[in-house]
Amino acid sequence: MGTQDNNPVVDQKNKFSSDMFERVSGSATEDNEKISAPSLSFLQDSWRRLKKNKAAVVSLVIICIIVLLAFAAPIIAPHSPEAQITEHSSLPPKVPGIDINGLNGTAKPGVERIDKYAQVNAGDDVYYLLGTDSLGRDLLSRILYGTRVSLIIAFVAALFDLTIGVTYGLISGWTGGRIDNVMQRILEILSGVPNLVVVILMILVLDPGITSIIIALAITGWIPMARIVRAQTLKLKNQEYILAAQTLGESPWKIATKHLISNLSGVIIIQTMFSIPAAIFFEAFLSFIGIGIPAPLASLGTLISDGYKTFRFLPHLMWYPAGVLCILMISFNLLADGLRDAFDPKMKD
Amino acid sequence: MKNYMKYFGMRVFYMLLTLFLIASITFFLMKLLPGTPYTNQEKLSAEQILIMNEQYGLNDPVPVQYLSYIGGLFVGDLGTSFQFDNTPVSQLLSTRVGPSLQIGFQAVVLGTFFGIVLGVISAMKQNTWIDTLSTLTAILGRSIPNFVFAVLLQLLFAVQLGWLPIALWDGGFKSSILPTLALAIAPLADSARFIRTEMVDVLGSDYVELARAKGLSRWGVAFKHGVRNALIPLITLLGPMAVALMTGSLVVENIYAIPGIGEQFVKSITTNDYPTIMGVTILYSAMLVFIILVVDILYGIIDPRIRVSSEGGN
Repeated sequence: MGTQDNNPVVDQKNKFSSDMFERVSGSATEDNEKISAPSLSFLQDSWRRLKKNKAAVVSLVIICIIVLLAFAAPIIAPHSPEAQITEHSSLPPKVPGIDINGLNGTAKPGVERIDKYAQVNAGDDVYYLLGTDSLGRDLLSRILYGTRVSLIIAFVAALFDLTIGVTYGLISGWTGGRIDNVMQRILEILSGVPNLVVVILMILVLDPGITSIIIALAITGWIPMARIVRAQTLKLKNQEYILAAQTLGESPWKIATKHLISNLSGVIIIQTMFSIPAAIFFEAFLSFIGIGIPAPLASLGTLISDGYKTFRFLPHLMWYPAGVLCILMISFNLLADGLRDAFDPKMKD
Repeated sequence: MKNYMKYFGMRVFYMLLTLFLIASITFFLMKLLPGTPYTNQEKLSAEQILIMNEQYGLNDPVPVQYLSYIGGLFVGDLGTSFQFDNTPVSQLLSTRVGPSLQIGFQAVVLGTFFGIVLGVISAMKQNTWIDTLSTLTAILGRSIPNFVFAVLLQLLFAVQLGWLPIALWDGGFKSSILPTLALAIAPLADSARFIRTEMVDVLGSDYVELARAKGLSRWGVAFKHGVRNALIPLITLLGPMAVALMTGSLVVENIYAIPGIGEQFVKSITTNDYPTIMGVTILYSAMLVFIILVVDILYGIIDPRIRVSSEGGN
């Protein structure tokens, strides 16, 4: 009975011979699962999104050009920024081969336009592309060197903000509890002090100079960074991969450097990019009210401040450095905005 | 409510602590500074210096000076100015608070009002030319240093067109227009940007969708729900705005020759008038700390969620 029942099954089995089947190759299944787009790391992905933002890319290019020019100042500056040729003082801009009023070495102090270069008996081969100041120093060279000073101050100050802020924020957020509480209260008290006041007091105590400005900016600048890093750390701290790392016995130091910092890099980069223009502004501001870089060194701020004193008569002395400062500030702000959009996962398309 | 009073008390305590620390640190920093308060010390005889030191209380040991300074703060005594004819610092500053407050207030009101208008319009008309214009204004307002902007305005409206005084303060409205404009650009840029982000957020929320589904017009929803909800977080901008105004007033008051606190501060810095520098430092800090406190409390009253979460944090 049993065998009879089984027979049809056996018969059916015999109907399918092995040659009726085709072996599915391993590569075919892989193809189905394959992600066609190349896998991108966080930075690659952000870079791809940043490239779509035209304003940010243009800003990045402008910043690169300005930084290159500024740091190449000793090579490309046509004159020494400190050389005073008193005979050539207060000359308007003169660009070879261009005959437009304002750029051909003429000025209009009264009714008639006169050639200032001929007036001071400067030779035909004397050109000051952006004119000279009242002491006969070449403005272009001074702007190049001045931009360099401004950028150095901004970069170093931003680096300090980054180091202090990230360390403080990480410790505060990671340890939590009582230490976090105390550190937050300290932060709260510090943020009640206007940074303007701290910077000015520090500079009075330390005497104006590049170092004192950097220290003054660093003392106040790290607070927003510390806040942001702490808030992000608190968020990340409870993520599964951190728990996994802890369970696997990773040391807190290694978790902080390997897992936290790399995941915080977005906010850190954005915040740093915002603190650079802030530092540039503050340096210029201090120079403008007269406690910035002491002479003969010059920054963009001191150039604007000097130019302002004579801007009714020699407006170019103020507008050129002010223009460079504005372009620099706008570029940094646009780039920072672009980076924020690029790093923001909510904007991910 | 009891919890709230406790929170309020803590905040006031921190405010006073902050002010006390600032006053102390400023005092000791000023003691560290080199130089003497006297303009021509070499012309003074030893007795004269001794008498003047006695008069200013500089012969006392530093802790005694410190205590008397802190004690003086409680009754509004900020010491005596080394420069400016021995005027008490409090008197020197009190005559200068008026113009600064007037300009600062006008700038905040003007800047935030137009900032809100610009922000709302650009949120409602996203990705149109008006949105681009508003974004551009915000970027320029944030990037162009206020002293450059102030000089630009001065050149255009006072020197070239001659409509307004170049640098003359008579307390009238006309002389306050240019400085107000120069200071207003930062609050305008900040609030426009802030309101736009908030509005875009609010306009995408469910209750706005519901209101639209019920048949409210686009702009009706924008004003009834959008702007109202976007305005609340705007209060938090007040603190940073105050800081920006203080910084801005230093240069703007100088450029337009306004007899305000900022101008006095710069003058004191360049003449090493330490008591006045300390006075302004404490005044500025007190203002900022007070504004932060008011913002926190206002925010707690308007939006109870904040209050609860900050209590939960403790």
